[in-house]
Amino acid sequence: MSFGPFLLLALMEGLVTAAVLALTASGLSLVFGIMRVVNVAHGAFFMLGAVIAWFVSEWMPGPPALAFAASLIVSPLIVGAIAAMSDTLVLKRLNYEPEATIVATIGLLYILEQAALSLFGPDARPVPAPFSFRLQLPWFGYSGYKLAVIVAAIVLLLGVWLILKHTKAGLVMRATQIDRDTARAFGINVDRVYAGVFAMGAGLAAIAAVLIVPIQQAHYLMGGDPLLLSFIVVIIGGLGSLRGTLVAALLIGLSDGVISTFFAPTLAKIVATLAVALVLVFRPQGLFGNRTA
Amino acid sequence: MTMGRALSLHLGVLAALLALHFAAPAYHHTNIARIMVLAIYAMGYNIAFGYTGLLSLGHALLFGAGLYGAGLLVYHAGAGAAGAMLAGLLAGGAMALAVGLLALRTSGVAFMIVTLMFAQAGYLTVLYFGAWTRGDEGIVIPQAARAIGSLDLSDDGTRYLVALTLFAAALLGNLALVRSPFGRVMVAMRENEERSRMLGFNPFTVKLAALTVSGLYAGLAGAAYGLMFGYVGASLASVQYSILPLLYVLLGGAGTVLGPFVGALLMFYLIDYASAVTDAHQFVTGAALVLLILFAPKGILGTLRARGARWLP
Amino acid sequence: MAAMSLLEARGLTRHFGGLKAVDGVDFTLEEGEIHALIGPNGAGKTTFVSLLSGRVPAQSGTIRLKGRDITRVPAHARVHAGIAYTFQITQVFAALSVFDNVALAVQSRGGHPIAAETMAALGRVGLAERADQIAGTLSYGHQRVLEIAMGLALQPVLLILDEPTQGLSDGEIATFKEIVRSVVPKTTVLLIEHNMDVVMGLADRITVLNFGTVLATGTPEAIRADRAVQAAYLGG
Repeated sequence: MSFGPFLLLALMEGLVTAAVLALTASGLSLVFGIMRVVNVAHGAFFMLGAVIAWFVSEWMPGPPALAFAASLIVSPLIVGAIAAMSDTLVLKRLNYEPEATIVATIGLLYILEQAALSLFGPDARPVPAPFSFRLQLPWFGYSGYKLAVIVAAIVLLLGVWLILKHTKAGLVMRATQIDRDTARAFGINVDRVYAGVFAMGAGLAAIAAVLIVPIQQAHYLMGGDPLLLSFIVVIIGGLGSLRGTLVAALLIGLSDGVISTFFAPTLAKIVATLAVALVLVFRPQGLFGNRTA
Repeated sequence: MTMGRALSLHLGVLAALLALHFAAPAYHHTNIARIMVLAIYAMGYNIAFGYTGLLSLGHALLFGAGLYGAGLLVYHAGAGAAGAMLAGLLAGGAMALAVGLLALRTSGVAFMIVTLMFAQAGYLTVLYFGAWTRGDEGIVIPQAARAIGSLDLSDDGTRYLVALTLFAAALLGNLALVRSPFGRVMVAMRENEERSRMLGFNPFTVKLAALTVSGLYAGLAGAAYGLMFGYVGASLASVQYSILPLLYVLLGGAGTVLGPFVGALLMFYLIDYASAVTDAHQFVTGAALVLLILFAPKGILGTLRARGARWLP
Repeated sequence: MAAMSLLEARGLTRHFGGLKAVDGVDFTLEEGEIHALIGPNGAGKTTFVSLLSGRVPAQSGTIRLKGRDITRVPAHARVHAGIAYTFQITQVFAALSVFDNVALAVQSRGGHPIAAETMAALGRVGLAERADQIAGTLSYGHQRVLEIAMGLALQPVLLILDEPTQGLSDGEIATFKEIVRSVVPKTTVLLIEHNMDVVMGLADRITVLNFGTVLATGTPEAIRADRAVQAAYLGG
């Protein structure tokens, strides 16, 4: 295959990465934007989403599409519930103090990873895709499912945007983001809003994992890369800016796809990691965020 | 002043450890040697975090600098253990200085993320240059290199005493530091940076100095760990080894001199016993972090100090 | 030519978004004087002294200390140049002992030996017996005195006091006035005050700020007689 089509393939792979990354990162961005919490366990929520999808596919009889549909609903709900519980039991009690919160989420990460290791095991296990039809392009065949993932991610992100901008729940969330104390004075139950936001952030990561797991496999350590990439996206895009997150996800997803195809993935990760550090040092507001973040 | 009581306590701990050398069975002997080296690492972390208020999530980079600084010198250049340990010490300090120059331009959450990122980049670099570092597989330090003069570091007894010597130096150095004028400035910077600034102290240089000293400790610990226990591998520079000193310090008491050792001792054995009972020892680490930060953020010695033992340094 | 003033600020400006906190202020401090800065709340007094001490960087204008341009010098370096600032809201190191608080100032100045000089500084303000007490457990009045002691221990050429007598009892205010009178003329004192008795009793000269600009400068008598000042601030 000549260079042109090869590049096209890399870009399409990059788009899939970007789609899933956008979903995952938006969860992280939401939590940081509204709660000012850096959730180091975000990758663990992602991993749990995939692991639950595997369990569902094992236990649910019938065609894989059925199990997949069930996972899309069950997974984010369970992961969201775990997140809400963590928030209420732990994070709230710490008063969301930044350093304490990070230490607590590190602890949560260890606990969740251990749970997955104990219940799911150390091996990587595949989850069947709901359907498998191939789109035949002139130069190569491409998985129709992957294209469906891109579409699904766009739909879900649109949904998130709609919720934030056009529903009462979204209004409440945005109000709490702007001024927690004033929101409380207006009768908004900030504790419940925070639990809900934390759950929503985790749920988004879980759904992203359900979408990607038929392509990758489920593994108890699979949360590491999405966590790092989400961090990169959210920081470069600007903490608290959903639009920045989306643009950065596109940028990074595409470049990750291209770089990983042409260079060693480890080198790509080194560059990406250093990029995050240097952006934070020299331009902490990222591309779209405001200085106050 | 209260220096007398504090010094006696610390010398007492060292004496007890010396006594253990003769009394402890072989299994615990090696464990305590390991714990002492890890405690040096944790003390270094404490200087940055407990005393100066710099919550770094990237100390594995400094530990790893010492580890690989010493390990690579021995493996590729045939250096002796003493020289390698010195190199590791300096490598840790130099790395801390380099990272600090950049990372200290940020603070709080950003600082945590930046240090985490630098450490991750370091870990990945070790993997990337696997041809030299043998990556995940690691380097087994040749027997011949594990000797300082006539002291064979692979011998349990010798190793314990060498570890104790290093630990004693680190402990007493730490005590001297925190009681010194500079130690006072470190604490002031943690307590109220604005006030410290308006008293004439440059926050950047104070923090950089504290971080560099922290790096020297971490580098020494990394070098000693590799040379004494004969293995230099990427896993020892992974994010796990950035979390461990934080955990030890939190448990033992941040901002106390003996806290890191107490935390290392307890946590080591806690995980040890948990591993014997179940495979789920990561759970212990995670639960410990959550419970500590929720209910006992001052740690054991920190809580003791707050409850009356004000003289505890 | 007249002797050089201790401090000269020209055209000092600092805005916060749309708010003109300090707007083109010219200000001169003579060596050895006690100079009071008064004005209604929000007049820009704290911002102004923050510009002088370096806590907040100026957006335009110059500051000269004994002829040397310190406009771009960072706050901690200005302390070494001789400017000490005490906070409006007490900022002692609450978790440290009284001794440690003042020792830090002595250390910063390079005083030797630290212990002796610290005890001497504490003695001058009457806090020597409380040296081992934890600063956070002091009464409010004593904390204010500690705050001043820290400033004095720096042996500054210019001591800036931001509302030092707020919340103090009459007896404590009397003590405060004595301390201030004892440090001039070696140290020049600039104080922000709302307590008119203190101002009239201590100040050699007064500057009135309003809306970020200087309304008037002069002796206490002149200020008291000034119509504009009366209208804006003193209440007729």
